Amino acid sequence: MVQSQITGNASEADEAARFQSKVDREIKIEPRDWMPEGYRKTLVRQISQHAHSEIVGMLPEGCWVTRAPSLRRKVQLLAKIQDEGGHGLYLYSAAETLGTSRAEMIDALHEGRAKYSNIFNYPVLSWADIGAIGWLVDGAAIINQIALCRCSYGPYARAMERICREESFHQRQGYEIMMSMAFGTKDQKRMAQSALDRWWWPSLMMFGPSDRESAHSSQSMQWKIKRVSNDDLRQQFIDMTVPQADYLGLKMPDPDLKWNEERGHYDFGAIDWAELKRVVSGDGPCNKERMTARVKAHEDGAWVREAAAAYGEKQRLRKQAAKIAAE
Amino acid sequence: MTVEAQREALFEYLLRLGDNALILGHRLSEWCGKGPVLEEDIALSNIALDLVGQSTLWLEFAATVEGGARDADALAFKRDVLDWRNFLLVEQPNGDFAHTIVRQFLFDCFHVELLQALSKSANQEIAGIASKALKEALYHRRHSGQWVIRLGDGTEESHARAQAALDALWGYTRELFEGDAIDEMMMQAGIAPDPGDFEENWKQAVGAVLAEATLTVPDANWSIGGGKKGIHSEHLGFLLAEMQFLPRAYPDAQW
Ligand SMILES: [Fe+2]
Ligand SMILES: [Fe+2]
Ligand SMILES: [Fe+2]
Repeated sequence: MVQSQITGNASEADEAARFQSKVDREIKIEPRDWMPEGYRKTLVRQISQHAHSEIVGMLPEGCWVTRAPSLRRKVQLLAKIQDEGGHGLYLYSAAETLGTSRAEMIDALHEGRAKYSNIFNYPVLSWADIGAIGWLVDGAAIINQIALCRCSYGPYARAMERICREESFHQRQGYEIMMSMAFGTKDQKRMAQSALDRWWWPSLMMFGPSDRESAHSSQSMQWKIKRVSNDDLRQQFIDMTVPQADYLGLKMPDPDLKWNEERGHYDFGAIDWAELKRVVSGDGPCNKERMTARVKAHEDGAWVREAAAAYGEKQRLRKQAAKIAAE
Repeated sequence: MTVEAQREALFEYLLRLGDNALILGHRLSEWCGKGPVLEEDIALSNIALDLVGQSTLWLEFAATVEGGARDADALAFKRDVLDWRNFLLVEQPNGDFAHTIVRQFLFDCFHVELLQALSKSANQEIAGIASKALKEALYHRRHSGQWVIRLGDGTEESHARAQAALDALWGYTRELFEGDAIDEMMMQAGIAPDPGDFEENWKQAVGAVLAEATLTVPDANWSIGGGKKGIHSEHLGFLLAEMQFLPRAYPDAQW
């Protein structure tokens, strides 16, 4: 017993070394490969959190799909929502390759054990918010996700590649809505400015806490789950977005925002981390609504899922009986 | 018959096609994020997307036929209840998943028959739109039909819910096959079929699926119609109030 435990540990150490060396040499880790328990756990947490964000994100957009102001916008928004559902599907599948079922992940979401992006806990008050979500939220998602395309876990990296292509489409559409609003009537311009005012800071928070505070960052960097730090990604997003806001003639809600010639980046004001903490831990303006809506959809759908399962089982038995009869 | 009367009839007919697709697509879009499983969320928004896309094509053509005073968006967002030409079936509220699926299935079976006939229309524009829409409608019918079977032959609860939906909606199907003067004019011109012509096919297609689903064809002695003439249920007004809110509240805005 003692003996085997020692050899077990020794081979575990070998496996760990081999694993890290693969990661270091940029060889993708695949579902059947050996991986440290912590690596698996981190990935399941991160991928499922990402999947939950995709499906919770359908709710604020669904809130406006019935009020989209033209046929073209209605079609675009429906297509975007459908894409986001598809992203949820690929991501749940990627997480399932690590041995956790979608049902378990969804239960964790509904029981408040799993998180989703803080951004979806803010209210979507006008049509310009739909533009701002595409422009800023999908924009921030792309920056995060381009980095994740190089993630060491194969199924996650591949899901990200596919998703990134669609997200950049969403981002362009969102910006196009912002243009029609910002260059539109006085009322539209007001909606556009208000949307930027309300969505800007939460978008910056999408990159997570500062590297100095982040609990998971350094281990994730070593495992190459994370390739670029939160602060670097955030800076990249700001540098990309400020000129876009200028073009729209909108004012950024940050008096400290200005170009720093020396750094070659924009300087920006202090992020309200207490606010992020509050929203992530459940006290944002819409957390309760979002979760209530998710749980209600799930509970209302229980009889449908049961019916599909019961029918599938009946079909299986029928086929079996037919096969026996034929023999 | 005058050219003017022909044109007006064609315009009316195109509104019917566009309005059915738009109102049903809108209803389905109300499900966004609330489906029983993620795959269904995706499927329902996909079908909604197809239908709103089809309605755009019909309404754009209707706007051209009308003479260009209004565009497709004006037709969609600036008409009030009395000017809508959709069937009462498609404006009925979503209810539970069984209601949504049964409503969809009853319409899809009709839609496939209609589009098949329209794809042979003497009007090239109509034939083109119908052929494209037909491919989508065939997929919609397969999807809703499979769900009708799963629900009907699933659990006791799902069977009861599916049967209740069927009983509640059946009386709205009579209207699908009732021709009027406009249909008559379209038929004369070789543009569209007599809707009564495919009632038998519809009954067979629906009946076959209901039999497999172990559901009973309702022997409904009630029927409500009037959509083609703009006599709707109370539900449509609320749907329009929501759908048309922005263009109505900000008439000068471009979106
Ligand atoms: Fe997405
Ligand atoms: Fe995303
Ligand atoms: Fe997106």
